Amino acid sequence: MTEKTAREVLKDDSMMIQKKLISGHYNNLAQAREKGKKIVYTFVPGNIIELVRSFGLLSMLPEIDSLQSAMRKKSDQYVAEAEKMGHSEDVCTYVKCHIGMIQSGIPGPDGRPLPEPDLLLLSYTGCFTFLKWFELLRQRFKCPVVLLQIPYQAEGKITKDMRDYIVKQLKDDVIPALEKLSGMKYDEERFKDAMRKSSQAEEDFVWTLNSAKQKPSPIDAYFGGVYYVGPIFTYFRGTDEAAEYYRVLREEVTQRIARKLGPITPEGPMRNEKFRIVVEGPPNWTHFREFWKMFYDEEAVVVASSYTKVGGVYESGFRHDPENPLSSTADYCLGCYTNLSLPSRVEMITNYIRDFQADGFIVHSVKSCNSFSAGQLLMLREIETRTGKSGGFIESDLVDSRYFSPSNIKNRLESYFQMLDQKKGGRS
Amino acid sequence: MKCFYGIDLGSTTTKAVVMDHESHIIGRGITNSRSNYDAACEIAKTEAFIDARFGLLKKQSRKLEDSEAVFKKLRRAFELEEYLEQLKTLIHELRQSLDEPRFKNNLRDLSEFIGLLEPRAIQYGEQVYLKDDKPGSDFFRDNAAMVYTRVAEEFCAKKRLSFDLTSGLFDRSIIRVENQTYNIDFDDKIQSAYERLFGRKNPNPKLLDAINMSRGTKLEETLGVGTGYGRLRLPFPKKQIRSEILCHGLGANYMFPGTRTVLDIGGQDTKGIQVDGEGLVSSFQMNDRCAAGCGRYLGYIAEEMNIPLPDLGPLALDAKKNVKINSTCTVFAGAELRDRLADGQQREDILMGLHRAIIFRALSLLARSGGIRDEFTFTGGVAKNQAAVKALSELVGENYGKDIKINIAPDSIFTGAIGAALFAVREYKDKGDNP
Repeated sequence: MTEKTAREVLKDDSMMIQKKLISGHYNNLAQAREKGKKIVYTFVPGNIIELVRSFGLLSMLPEIDSLQSAMRKKSDQYVAEAEKMGHSEDVCTYVKCHIGMIQSGIPGPDGRPLPEPDLLLLSYTGCFTFLKWFELLRQRFKCPVVLLQIPYQAEGKITKDMRDYIVKQLKDDVIPALEKLSGMKYDEERFKDAMRKSSQAEEDFVWTLNSAKQKPSPIDAYFGGVYYVGPIFTYFRGTDEAAEYYRVLREEVTQRIARKLGPITPEGPMRNEKFRIVVEGPPNWTHFREFWKMFYDEEAVVVASSYTKVGGVYESGFRHDPENPLSSTADYCLGCYTNLSLPSRVEMITNYIRDFQADGFIVHSVKSCNSFSAGQLLMLREIETRTGKSGGFIESDLVDSRYFSPSNIKNRLESYFQMLDQKKGGRS
Repeated sequence: MKCFYGIDLGSTTTKAVVMDHESHIIGRGITNSRSNYDAACEIAKTEAFIDARFGLLKKQSRKLEDSEAVFKKLRRAFELEEYLEQLKTLIHELRQSLDEPRFKNNLRDLSEFIGLLEPRAIQYGEQVYLKDDKPGSDFFRDNAAMVYTRVAEEFCAKKRLSFDLTSGLFDRSIIRVENQTYNIDFDDKIQSAYERLFGRKNPNPKLLDAINMSRGTKLEETLGVGTGYGRLRLPFPKKQIRSEILCHGLGANYMFPGTRTVLDIGGQDTKGIQVDGEGLVSSFQMNDRCAAGCGRYLGYIAEEMNIPLPDLGPLALDAKKNVKINSTCTVFAGAELRDRLADGQQREDILMGLHRAIIFRALSLLARSGGIRDEFTFTGGVAKNQAAVKALSELVGENYGKDIKINIAPDSIFTGAIGAALFAVREYKDKGDNP
């Protein structure tokens, strides 16, 4: 098989499944009103999508709408729309993009409008802005909010009290709210069945992320990772289709390992792995491809990233447990990356650098995200001290292109990689 | 001899350094960066190689009587030849520019003006290079502007002509002059300089021997490395391009081997760099989303206050009290400074406050890069400003203790180019095909 055909085959199978999943979901959303479907808006980190789906409800994730708007080059106009309404320049740009999108009639990917929410499921995990975001939506849509409060993992561990508190909220508040909205009773068997599928997908997903321990890494665990986390962190966890996606992905990656191939990138396959990098922080979405290319040009492969843990963290062995659906849902919510303390984040990245044999790490800090960016420089210093590896620091934003300065970021990345090169190869 | 060069293409100036095989600096060249980066690089490099030839000449002429003075005179005479060469181009471009429609109603006056300008500009050059020994600036653009403005003001007053018209003519033409790479032939110009000084009637055979020796030495451009903001525009393959961070780290280590922390404040960026004992960078921070508090800030302030930029630091040193300026945003600082003036604050006190403001911002960046370690080397164009140095010394003392040794080299503006030239030498040696 030639490299070209291998690339097409390897790329297409899993990506086609994902494409089909996404277009199917947005088609369902576009037709939701005429088919009488009810809509729940909820957030990505530690989401309880299996439970929502078990009531026959459709979900929408505002962060996903914002980042997809940015990738479709729509976010700037939405952000401007929100600022016109009076939202400050310093407000989280995910929020402003989403507000602007709503103001513009919530256009979906194919232009058909997406539905307004019937319920706001506020699963609050580490991001304070989530509260304010749904306050704004409640005010606009006059719909109920159900709050699922997730205790912050300040001490770096999950206690029984925390778990019980979440289970109690699920039983007392969330399930009744979903029952009321859907008109259906809670069906634990249905929920358990979804958990089984989640767990199956999670095994293959974790295997895929761990494949980056190979040299060369067959995947890019940040830019490519964004696609790999798609089904599991968004609408599809707990479905047969998502499980199939991860099974196929695993097969493809297995083939790449056997052929000692590097990751596929939009610029073509990565032929040489000069640097192995760990990245902290989300990507910039307005210049996603350009940002990736800056790494590609330097032959830098991201072997692990914290962003691919924002939905949930699996490396400590967590899997959704069909035998204990509610308490394992609680553990999932508690364990997502945004709910972790700075010391836990430091430890996680330190471990990645060691386990994935990285040459260095880069922090991409997001200007408008105060709750997540605070402390990242302290993390950088601490990780440098613990690992002896140099960290690089770049700053831009999520979906506001005004804060992505390509020449400055390229300049910094080049300087950083040349610094690593010096360290690796000696003087020059 | 084999020569290695580094070029640092900065936002304000372009610097070049030539080194020999043993990493000794043998020549430096600097020019103002312009819209044509290729021309800026070529000119800086040419100047650095000319400087290298003068270095050889200086060595050769050591035994001459009154050698220092003779050498200096010869150098100035050479610079005059360069000035005259560019002046010739400028006069040509001024005449060409007259074809533009906006000048057509004043064609006769402007032609007359150019005719008057040429001898005055030649006279000015002869005066400042040969008699005063003090050209106003290192750059042709500034020197030409000085004499041009003087002649234009007189001419416009006499003819009741708009000064803006002559300014427009100059701006249009000087850009064309700057975007050309002028070909200064050392052999030719040194001969002209010698003849201008000594003539055929009054020969200095020993000096002529030294000149011939310098002329006869082959300076081979073996390898060059480029750096700086516009480095991607440099005519080098990628592997011969280094980031300015690495070059500043290595350059600072070359000048002061004890360096562990480097602060570089250039025209549009500020860098905090941590280096090890060999000058290898271990950590760095740069200003990212905005260039507040960089060298251009001082340029803007100088303009706002109508003070020549080089006078800004000395004036600030006369400060008697501490006026706090909060903003390092260039535009806001302008507003703040007008407010302070309106409050009755003294100009020098405000100026010192402005210098402290930029240094304070630089310290925050340094803290992000890992703090200040002993020894601490300050580089970049702003390091030439004594008020900035004073503010830095005070604030470093307050925040990191008095024991930190602060290094500032007189030619710290060349730090990046020195680092780049060192990389060139190393790359050549690492290849193993050195003689």
